[in-house]
Amino acid sequence: MFPTPIQKRPRAAQLTYQSLLPLALLMWLLPLIAVAVFSIKPAEDFTQGNYWGAPGSFEFFSNYGKVFFDSDMPRYMLNSFLITVPTVIGAVALSAMAGFALGIYKFRSNIWIFFMFVAGNFVPFQILMVPVRDLTLDMGLYNTKTGLVLFHIAFQTGFCTLFMRNFIRQLPFALIEAARVEGIAEWRIFWYVVLPLMKPALAALAVLIFTFIWNDYFWAVVLTQGPESQPVTAGITSFNAQFRAAYHLMSAGSIVAALPPVLMFFLMQKHFIAGLTLGAVK
Amino acid sequence: MSSTARPETHRAPRGWYKRNEIAVTPWLFLAPAILFFAVYVIIPIFQSISISFYDWDGLGEATWVGMDNYVELMDDRAFEVSLWNNMKWLVFYLLAIPGGLFIALFLNQTVTGIRLYKSLFFFPFVISQVVVGLVFSWFYLPNEGLLSAMLGWFGVESVNVLGDPTWATYGIIAAGLWPQTAYCMILYLTGLNAVDPEQVEAARLDGAKGWRMLWYVIIPQLKPATFIAFVVTIIGALRSFDLISIMTNGGPFGQTRVLSFYMFEKALSEYGFRMGYGAAIAVVLFLIMLVFIAYFLFSMWREEQGR
Repeated sequence: MFPTPIQKRPRAAQLTYQSLLPLALLMWLLPLIAVAVFSIKPAEDFTQGNYWGAPGSFEFFSNYGKVFFDSDMPRYMLNSFLITVPTVIGAVALSAMAGFALGIYKFRSNIWIFFMFVAGNFVPFQILMVPVRDLTLDMGLYNTKTGLVLFHIAFQTGFCTLFMRNFIRQLPFALIEAARVEGIAEWRIFWYVVLPLMKPALAALAVLIFTFIWNDYFWAVVLTQGPESQPVTAGITSFNAQFRAAYHLMSAGSIVAALPPVLMFFLMQKHFIAGLTLGAVK
Repeated sequence: MSSTARPETHRAPRGWYKRNEIAVTPWLFLAPAILFFAVYVIIPIFQSISISFYDWDGLGEATWVGMDNYVELMDDRAFEVSLWNNMKWLVFYLLAIPGGLFIALFLNQTVTGIRLYKSLFFFPFVISQVVVGLVFSWFYLPNEGLLSAMLGWFGVESVNVLGDPTWATYGIIAAGLWPQTAYCMILYLTGLNAVDPEQVEAARLDGAKGWRMLWYVIIPQLKPATFIAFVVTIIGALRSFDLISIMTNGGPFGQTRVLSFYMFEKALSEYGFRMGYGAAIAVVLFLIMLVFIAYFLFSMWREEQGR
């Protein structure tokens, strides 16, 4: 193990390390802690210039109550869910199939199709912006959640296929050969043999895509406008315009907007990290 | 792994699908993904390249102008600033890699509660860039911000980071480094977990420790993690848009624009609907990215060959 385990170091080093840990964490999360404190302060604190002192009173319920009942925030949150969940399902389904095809079968163009997905996943969004916006307008899907979902599914399929294909490559191929010898149809092999083994990959991708799509801002701005279909990342700017300079409310709003992926991360931590670090180890 | 043909000798001839099952199935499975990806990703790339040769407001007729958009770019001061800022992003964003390695080394211990510490250090990555941007723009506020307050304790006069044309871009990059460093940290933590303990022990017996151990024994073993960190950081640097849009909206005086933001401004904001010109900017950005994509694919291809 590197660095040397702290248990093997002198007592003084251990104590230093133990006290350095919380201090470092505090520094690291300082901007976030500041916002969390802001979000429970009363409005008077800001008018009186008490930005960094202790909160004048504990206004958690009134501040967060305003976010939920006096703004479009719940609407934006709902939109975000209605955009994120179908995208996760669509992208995972498409890429499980594509990953199966690329991971199991040998055919000449296999590697090229695989590279097409990988390369497409890296392109800058701006090169897609004008044509995708036009396409969405032509299909009558501009400013709808469906328009956003269709694009997200398509784009995320690139990354997901890369992930699925590499995962399937690591499965024991003998299983598939055994199934073939038994004369099982190929689609049944996918459904009954491969898919159950892919559960960890499906879970990891689902949490990752959830986070990516929830946090998307660019496409939300390009393909939607207004509270009917905008997700929370885009909605928060209008929210902030509504409560200009009301830092306690803007902070509370930001925390609410950031919460679902954070919860997702803490609940599904193992899968999340497994997904992010795939390939970081040989 | 071979799966091309299987012996079909003693079976009765069946339908066309059954006979060609192994050859046809992958294409059936690929069809929906390829369809979606082609319509929304591959074809639009070529459409954008084609649009960049037109003068088009997005609604009326497009007029063919040849290379005019690109010629205009050459003299566009704002384009030059954006391109230059992109370079700054590329260079300074890479600090996330050593930063992440440093934190990973710091946290790679087994003391009580370390798991929670690791998750909390990783935390900024999970938050949307929009919220990171808001949090940091409040952090940087010239008088009320926490940064000013902290500088005040040391007797340093407060600075308006995001209002200063020289410093604004660096201020935004610093905000971007926060989640990116967290990402690199998690990659390295996973990598460090897989470092071969026997090699470390052998090196220790040979008297290697500290920096020499890190440089000659540990870092070579972290190569796969470093490669991924490099890929995601380069992509992240060239994709920077959210933070700029939220923190400065390109200002002050357009000094924090990058190509991705400038393109959006030209094509879709109140500055006018110049789709052709915007597409030309996007093509330039795409070409820069293409250099890296080619390198990434080449590395992956070599890896595949080695398998």
